[in-house]
Amino acid sequence: MSAQSKLTAAILAATQKKRPARVPFLTAGCPNVNRFWECLVELEENGADIIEIGVPFSDPVADGPLIAAASQKAIEDGVDLAWILEGLKKIKLKVPVVLMSYANPLAQYAWDRSEGANLSQRSLASLKVLAHDFRPYVSGVICPDVPLEESGPFHLAFDGTGIDLIVLVGPNTSSERMAKYARLAKGYVYVVSVLGTTGVRRDLSLEARASLARARAAFDLPLALGFGLSEPKQLAALNKSPDAVIFGSALMSHIINGGSVKDFMAPWLEAFPFELR
Amino acid sequence: MKAYYGEFGGQYVPETLMPPLMELEEAMDVHLADQTFQSELSDLLNNYAGRPTPLTLCPTLSKELGFTVRLKREDLLHTGSHKINNALGQALLAQKMGKTELVAETGAGQHGVAVATVAARLGLSATIFMGSVDVERQRMNVERMRLLGAKVESVSHGTQTLKDAINEALRYWIVNQKTVHYCFGTAAGPHPFPSLVRGFQSIISLEARDAYQKIIGRSPDMVVAAVGGGSNSIGAFAHFIPLVVDLVGVEAAGTGEEGCYNSAPINLGRPGILHGQRSMLLQTASGQVLPSHSISAGLDYPSVGPEHSYLHSIGRVRYGLANDREALEGFSLLARTEGILPALEPSHALGWLITNQAKIPPRSEVMVCLSGRGDKDLDIVLSHLDAIKN
Repeated sequence: MSAQSKLTAAILAATQKKRPARVPFLTAGCPNVNRFWECLVELEENGADIIEIGVPFSDPVADGPLIAAASQKAIEDGVDLAWILEGLKKIKLKVPVVLMSYANPLAQYAWDRSEGANLSQRSLASLKVLAHDFRPYVSGVICPDVPLEESGPFHLAFDGTGIDLIVLVGPNTSSERMAKYARLAKGYVYVVSVLGTTGVRRDLSLEARASLARARAAFDLPLALGFGLSEPKQLAALNKSPDAVIFGSALMSHIINGGSVKDFMAPWLEAFPFELR
Repeated sequence: MKAYYGEFGGQYVPETLMPPLMELEEAMDVHLADQTFQSELSDLLNNYAGRPTPLTLCPTLSKELGFTVRLKREDLLHTGSHKINNALGQALLAQKMGKTELVAETGAGQHGVAVATVAARLGLSATIFMGSVDVERQRMNVERMRLLGAKVESVSHGTQTLKDAINEALRYWIVNQKTVHYCFGTAAGPHPFPSLVRGFQSIISLEARDAYQKIIGRSPDMVVAAVGGGSNSIGAFAHFIPLVVDLVGVEAAGTGEEGCYNSAPINLGRPGILHGQRSMLLQTASGQVLPSHSISAGLDYPSVGPEHSYLHSIGRVRYGLANDREALEGFSLLARTEGILPALEPSHALGWLITNQAKIPPRSEVMVCLSGRGDKDLDIVLSHLDAIKN
């Protein structure tokens, strides 16, 4: 376990307090371009241990309707990676920030800011521009459409820079594949709870339990469970709690409908009734 | 099996789609070269779909243009386009894999109809995702798919066209991967789809190459095909790539006005990542995919198969442009001279030939891939008749 990872440290600090780390996810520009930044500050004030920010993309295949629609609206409002980085520079959050972005917005940001001699240099090596521009406001990056096979250039860009490239595994990721991921994983491991897209689900599937157990055996990093989570009592379906819980769609739906960050976070701040790992 | 064509291709998909893609690749290794599979597929192609297709000499058109034009007649196939070559191949493979359902995306509805058709024939169920804009403008094909027993799902978010239908089909596949095969319609998407679809469509150039040998004792000088996602064109080029043949792909330039929406990512886009592949892409500077446009719904796609991007990058294939008006000219010229109504997709290839007529040496042998028939496009053509007259 890399001692220098801010993300790992943030989760382990929660573990010591015998609760899972709280990792809210918010698509940039949601619910609107001004309120978004206020929400980030309120999340920090109301118990977030890590904040994930979604970089909007026009074609988010891993996302359900809510995040897809929020992304579309954000794009129409002019939100892009440069806008996010500029805002992060201004608000100076204390909790570590992770950017979740599909590959193309990252690739094009890098393309636009590099003068490579040829296509391959611009497309792949140019990703290094990202690490330079992300520091020190971003501690991790999640690329939902970059599996093991395509992760090489992204690792080259981020490894050793203090920015963790977060690995995602799902219910259908074999233990053999998990072992391959384990050699590259940093920060925490994002365990996708279902075969499906992001979005609120009432119950956690049995699949989630099995995936967590297999991931526990494969990785020497904290496990963060995501996709479908909205409230702590869902975790009762698991044998043992994950080290961190990621909630996106439920939080966003709450905020879009005018609810406060404080109200949404409240149940997660109560004494945690389940056993950790 | 290679996942990349030079810099292009790959598997940019969520981790949850990697296992079904790997399963598909394994199934390709096991079945595609297998004798039984090959003979079952041949039987379906020959006796159900109508292969081999003719290579039709166009005497009047040739006279008008000043060089010899022959058409590879994919328009004569069952369901009216080359799409059935791929649909049959993938459906048969899905059956061998023990899948019970096909999911597919469709734009104009040609691939959707082909999938609904082969699903009915092979006893599989079919779910077709189609953008709500396309559902509206291609009513007849929606009805055809339903009559064939397929479920048509209208996709009403994003641009509500092909691009979003693909997103939705991919999401459906994530959830239902145990029983469902995603029958991708063009030689694009995550590996192994580009090589899988190329394999099934390359029968076009295999037959054409042999037919040319028989008729003129050599290969044609030039092969021209329209490029949207790129399946009819890669099929028409495949067996000519190693030979000395001038290969021309024609992209749809939209209305042709400066800055108009178009479907020409090779000419007017830059490399980007969409639908599991890295390829040429129409996009904004911050990486958002732009809406595409073409008078031909079958070419209306903001990216293109990775092998085309590669063939362009190494200079092996030239990629030209034809706009809506040129396509309509191609349509009417073929109708008038040869009594054949082409689909608006290959009409772009014909339109390019008319525009570039003077640059093609007299007496050249030129093959045009006539990927589909024009019946489906009559409404659109009629509504643009003014453009033809002017």
